[in-house]
Amino acid sequence: MSELEAFRTEIRAWIEANCPPEMKTPIKSDDDTCWGGRNFVFQSEAQKQWMERCAEKGLTVPDWPKEYGGAGLSPAETKIFRQEMARAGARSPLNSFGIWMLGPALLKFGSEEQKRHYLPQIARGEIRWCQGYSEPGSGSDLVSLQTFGEDKGDHWVVNGQKIWTSYADKADWIFCLVRTDKANKYQGISFLLFDMETPGVSTKPIKLISGNSPFCETFFDNVVVPKHQIVGELNRGWDVAKYLLGHEREMISGMGGDGGTASLGGGFKDALGDEPILRAQLAMFDVESLAFRAHSERFMDEWKTGKAHPAYSNLMKYIGTELNKKRHELVMAAGGSDALEWESERSHGGKRARDWLRTKANSIEGGTSEVMLNVVAKRILDMPGA
Amino acid sequence: MAMTYNEDQSMLRDSARDFMSTEAPVAHLRKYRDMDCKDGFSHDLWKQFAEMGFTGILIPEADGGLGMGHIEAGIVLEEIGRNLSPSPFLSTSVVAAEALKAADKAMRDRWFPGILAGETVIGIAIEEGKKHHPEKIALKAERSGNGFRLNGAKQFVVQGRSADMLIVAARTGGAVGETDGLTLFAVEKDAAGLSMDAARTVDSAMAARMAFDGVEVTADAVIGDVDGGWTVLAKMLNAGRTGSAAEMVGVGTGAMDLTFDYLKQRKQFGRVIGEFQALQHRAAHLYGEMEMARSAVLKAQNLLDEDDPRAELYASVAKAKAGLACCLSVREGVQMHGGIGMTDEYDIGLYMKRDRALAEFMGDIYFHADRVAKLNGY
Repeated sequence: MSELEAFRTEIRAWIEANCPPEMKTPIKSDDDTCWGGRNFVFQSEAQKQWMERCAEKGLTVPDWPKEYGGAGLSPAETKIFRQEMARAGARSPLNSFGIWMLGPALLKFGSEEQKRHYLPQIARGEIRWCQGYSEPGSGSDLVSLQTFGEDKGDHWVVNGQKIWTSYADKADWIFCLVRTDKANKYQGISFLLFDMETPGVSTKPIKLISGNSPFCETFFDNVVVPKHQIVGELNRGWDVAKYLLGHEREMISGMGGDGGTASLGGGFKDALGDEPILRAQLAMFDVESLAFRAHSERFMDEWKTGKAHPAYSNLMKYIGTELNKKRHELVMAAGGSDALEWESERSHGGKRARDWLRTKANSIEGGTSEVMLNVVAKRILDMPGA
Repeated sequence: MAMTYNEDQSMLRDSARDFMSTEAPVAHLRKYRDMDCKDGFSHDLWKQFAEMGFTGILIPEADGGLGMGHIEAGIVLEEIGRNLSPSPFLSTSVVAAEALKAADKAMRDRWFPGILAGETVIGIAIEEGKKHHPEKIALKAERSGNGFRLNGAKQFVVQGRSADMLIVAARTGGAVGETDGLTLFAVEKDAAGLSMDAARTVDSAMAARMAFDGVEVTADAVIGDVDGGWTVLAKMLNAGRTGSAAEMVGVGTGAMDLTFDYLKQRKQFGRVIGEFQALQHRAAHLYGEMEMARSAVLKAQNLLDEDDPRAELYASVAKAKAGLACCLSVREGVQMHGGIGMTDEYDIGLYMKRDRALAEFMGDIYFHADRVAKLNGY
């Protein structure tokens, strides 16, 4: 225990000494998020400094091994590091699909050469990744995907279309599910990596109900992908994808706990005097939200010690996203007509309304709530039938 | 603080689970109900609790107990809930033990040995109305000679008539609605001027209404400080709320397990009804609610054991969330059992009844949601 406490003291001092004050203010818009990548423009010197200092210590990916750009922290140390970051109000130094998704997949399925090549680039924020999973005809039924990679000896030629590719227009590389065997549904998919600048790759942003375009359609027209850019075995990409979906659900499930604020209702205390039923709804929400925070903590403790059911992240994703949608419904209700403003400066460009609309996708992306419930019923509760 | 059980706690859970399902399963509750037992529980079972060491879990080692915490007490309570075992454990070994920890040595020596031996039962006399409002305590204690004289009424004193001693929250000062001016008294069962009307509650337990008509107690009967009883009462409430929430996790989980087993056996339209997606989704949702309740309760227990001030908030989160989840579990349980769920022969209805009684114990969902709001400044 004392060793962990010493680590806490040490990491607290390090954050204190290295996190610029500007990086301890709350994130106001997506522009404040550091994504890294070839074309990323830092919003401030502080943002750049913070990312670089963390990367140097391996703290952009604290629990990855040191040889791949991480800090090699144990689960207990990682938990303490995150607690201390939250305590200091420090922003995440670097966010990316490379950290959240590709990294864990490479750590589990990548070759030693791939790990040494790709992981440090992710940890240092040099390459920004996007994920090519969904297709127009393959949403919840993802395994029906049809983007095809034709075998040409030392490379594949990929043709097809992906959809809901997050930030594809800003990404440097893509990790992509491609059918490499048309005869075999589950064991006919491969997990390929390629540069978004490869000839034949094009993207088209999709405008959402929030007015923003965080997703793209991505088109592949005779895209050449060298054979060494496959993760895992040929035709076994579905295993990688399933593993990654677990991580995605784990990540999305964190949403309901949200931002370190103890209470949603507490933020509106001056506005509730004439709103007894809204106050009551907020109180009921805060019960759920505080319970979920405790639940996330228990889940992480169980997950990291291998005690959680392998399908448990599906349940977390369901609860977390449904709670986040409810949170934003209440934020809008408490905001009243002020929260309706869509463009004005005082509304930060309609942030509340746009965030509220964005949350509606939470229970669709990465597996719908309905699919999550199916999985929980079947795999955890052992309910019979299909 | 880890949100998982350590090895000792896992062992305690295994032995409590084994004990409760063997010695006090639902059939045991039925037996005592059907014999119209005036205590509503078995004194022999209470002695067995003592032999297992359960009754002394929260009692300090210096007083002969095990000196464990609320996580361990909650482990026993969950198994009590799962089996609907009738016992004085929550009132005596959790709430009263918490109060007596704050008492002087003479009083601890007077009552702890009996609790440890499974011979003593203690009743908690706090409630005065049909809903839980501890700050509105009005039962009056006036100075009289060397002691106090109590006048007023209490209700919902669980196992009150079987109790050897009652911990009575009374007003010695301040105004109704204030937390200042409350004092806790240990009142023995045969005190002159004390009368009781015990009634069976929906869950087959016994709860008493009590009238205090000039009941005399000496100054030695005070637990904690005169006019400063809220400090100890708040601890009792935290313990009782978290404890009853733990029992509700057991009740809700027990009902859920019964229901899921039923979904896997019952056939209609030529299929096991658990194959129907409409039921699968509700089952999965219910499971998630029970899991959240379990986490909220474990968090509250952890904070209580660490003497963390956030325990106050999480005791309410735990009671409210456990109340929501357990109530959902018993309602879905009866509905998914269909007609047979309405019969007395099936156990699921007994779970619904226990949930209803526990829901009212030391504040319901609405009381605690309101308290969460107040503690967050709105």
